[in-house]
Amino acid sequence: MNSLIRVFAILHKELLQLSRDRLTFGMIVGIPLIQLMMFGYAINTDVRGLPSAYVDEAESNLSREYLADIGASQVVKLVERVESPQALEALFDAGAISIGLVIPADFDRRVIAGNRPPAQILVDGSDSIIYGVAGQLAALTPRFDSRSQSRVEPRAELRNYYNSNRRTAVNIVPGLVGVILTMTMVLFTAVAIVRERERGNLELLINTPIRTWELMLGKIAPYVVIGLIQLSLVLMLGQLVFDVPLQGSRVDLLLASSLFISANLALGLLVSTVAQTQFQAMQMTFFFFLPSILLSGFMFPFAGMPKVAQGIAELLPLTHYNRLIRGILLRGADLSSLRAELLALLAFLVVALLLAIRRFSKRLD
Amino acid sequence: MSTPAASNQQDRIAIEASGLTMRFGELTAVNDVDLSIERGSIYGFLGPNGSGKSTTLRMLCGLLNPTAGEARVLGLDSRRQSEALKQRIGYMTQRFSLYEDLTVRENMQFISEVYAISRRDRKARIDELLSEYRLVDRANQKAGTMSGGQRQRLALACAILHKPEILLLDEPTSAVDPQNRRDFWEGLFELAEQGTTILVSTHYMDEATRCHRLAILDRGVKVADGSPKELGEGIDSLVIEVLAENPNRVRLSLIDEPAISSITQLGVRLRILMAKSQFSSEEANGFVKEKLSSHGISAEVDVVTPDLEDVFVTVTRPQKSNASDGAISS
Repeated sequence: MNSLIRVFAILHKELLQLSRDRLTFGMIVGIPLIQLMMFGYAINTDVRGLPSAYVDEAESNLSREYLADIGASQVVKLVERVESPQALEALFDAGAISIGLVIPADFDRRVIAGNRPPAQILVDGSDSIIYGVAGQLAALTPRFDSRSQSRVEPRAELRNYYNSNRRTAVNIVPGLVGVILTMTMVLFTAVAIVRERERGNLELLINTPIRTWELMLGKIAPYVVIGLIQLSLVLMLGQLVFDVPLQGSRVDLLLASSLFISANLALGLLVSTVAQTQFQAMQMTFFFFLPSILLSGFMFPFAGMPKVAQGIAELLPLTHYNRLIRGILLRGADLSSLRAELLALLAFLVVALLLAIRRFSKRLD
Repeated sequence: MSTPAASNQQDRIAIEASGLTMRFGELTAVNDVDLSIERGSIYGFLGPNGSGKSTTLRMLCGLLNPTAGEARVLGLDSRRQSEALKQRIGYMTQRFSLYEDLTVRENMQFISEVYAISRRDRKARIDELLSEYRLVDRANQKAGTMSGGQRQRLALACAILHKPEILLLDEPTSAVDPQNRRDFWEGLFELAEQGTTILVSTHYMDEATRCHRLAILDRGVKVADGSPKELGEGIDSLVIEVLAENPNRVRLSLIDEPAISSITQLGVRLRILMAKSQFSSEEANGFVKEKLSSHGISAEVDVVTPDLEDVFVTVTRPQKSNASDGAISS
């Protein structure tokens, strides 16, 4: 009986403490609600609306019909018509499209003859989900005449533009770099200031002449190096074990990664100025981490997500970094074609850092 | 301000505050406190927990912005020039706030860098303080593994590493045994002799007695200030000491007397306070003796000089009380 009273005493105390810790309480309700709504809509392996471009050298009724059929499938969204396959490749390199359609001048003849693939579908095969979708598209046959049912149905030729062996690791490893960096970097600095507050060190620090930005910079700098070490480790292993290529320039990679790491560290600092305890800081980090994994294009193709989810994803540094690192590693893209992503990371870094500095006060009130 | 005398006056005063007030919502933690603290003196803030000592210290070093009033510290406005002040003041927090996972020397190294002490002077200054505060043997020990006294010496060494003109100590000896406390105070006197102005908050009477001057705070209000001697002479209290076999009987027999403002028991002795403005020493002595004999109690009754605790009881508790709760320990 006394045991029961004591168990109840602990239980009662826990509930009291929990009800006072508003942030934790908010998380208990907020995490399931927000995350469920977010992912319920976003996570959808039925890919739709992949941005695509096409070259139509035939310009016949048949080719237009074929394009209309492809568009009607809703799997792709034909955003642009270009003049040559070379222009298509440029769009691939910039990461603007994931599927490209080439209709040759002799399209009609090929369809009628039925012995050669009438069209070519180029696909950015670095994402296996997108590759699968392209396979379905290729099965869509051009129907030039309803009477000729007996003929062997011509299929479009599928050409894998990147990752020609279709190995998942090639796509996963670069994505993993970003995921690992997000997890570790945000957490490093998220607990950094909270820990000093909990241990009383902060009261000492704010009594010294140290300035807020000096404190913040000093907290971030060592972890940038640690982040770059993590990056090198993952990529080295990726190259040794999984044969993940490094097509682009190392300097570009280093630059993009440093920016991404800094953005995450700045976010961590911001968390650190909001959270009161290390536990709260950790909760907030995970609240941020989950959408980063699921919406950034690491798990599911970004292009296939609904607009709202894409909007949220654009706010996450990992989304931009995934585009950067995949572009640099797999496509050998150079930074000038990925400038928008760099700018997004830079903007995130600046905003997070300014907010953190603003929120951190050297006074106690 | 332009006359030499006036600037002399300015130089002599390290801290000047007027009308300092701090409100946290409904609560007025510090209410209209005026201060004038001389350079090179040890100035104490005495008061029970929650009387506004820490809040006052924090306003003086710019950690808190006063709701009203202002303070000039070393001629600087504590509100607007707090960052410039930080290089010139040292602050020792109530709780040990150095890094427990760093060694003694690493902690000192860190602090010396934060204060941007030149690389040339750094090592010499650290070595000097290590030997002065008997930490040479501990230099490579982690701060977290040291005793309360050692930690406190380290905290003080770090607080004065940059040779501050003003040193603020917030209840510095709460985690320290009496021997270490004595050593600690000797260190403070040395610093004061070298010209450092020291502000210390405490709820220990014996510590307060060591201060050159002190202010007694009660619920945010400064109820008295002066040197310990002046304070003793200045209060409206006569102290009658009663030595009896059964002090509790003595107390019970006197407790309802309106003329007696306070009774405090110290072992077998009782200290009885009566208003000096209403009784002469002889009258008070006679009054107590008479009351006791009428209750059939034989006891030794003497008029003694007030000590700081009597001052404290008089200025903070105008109403009668037994002064037996634990707010103040001696």
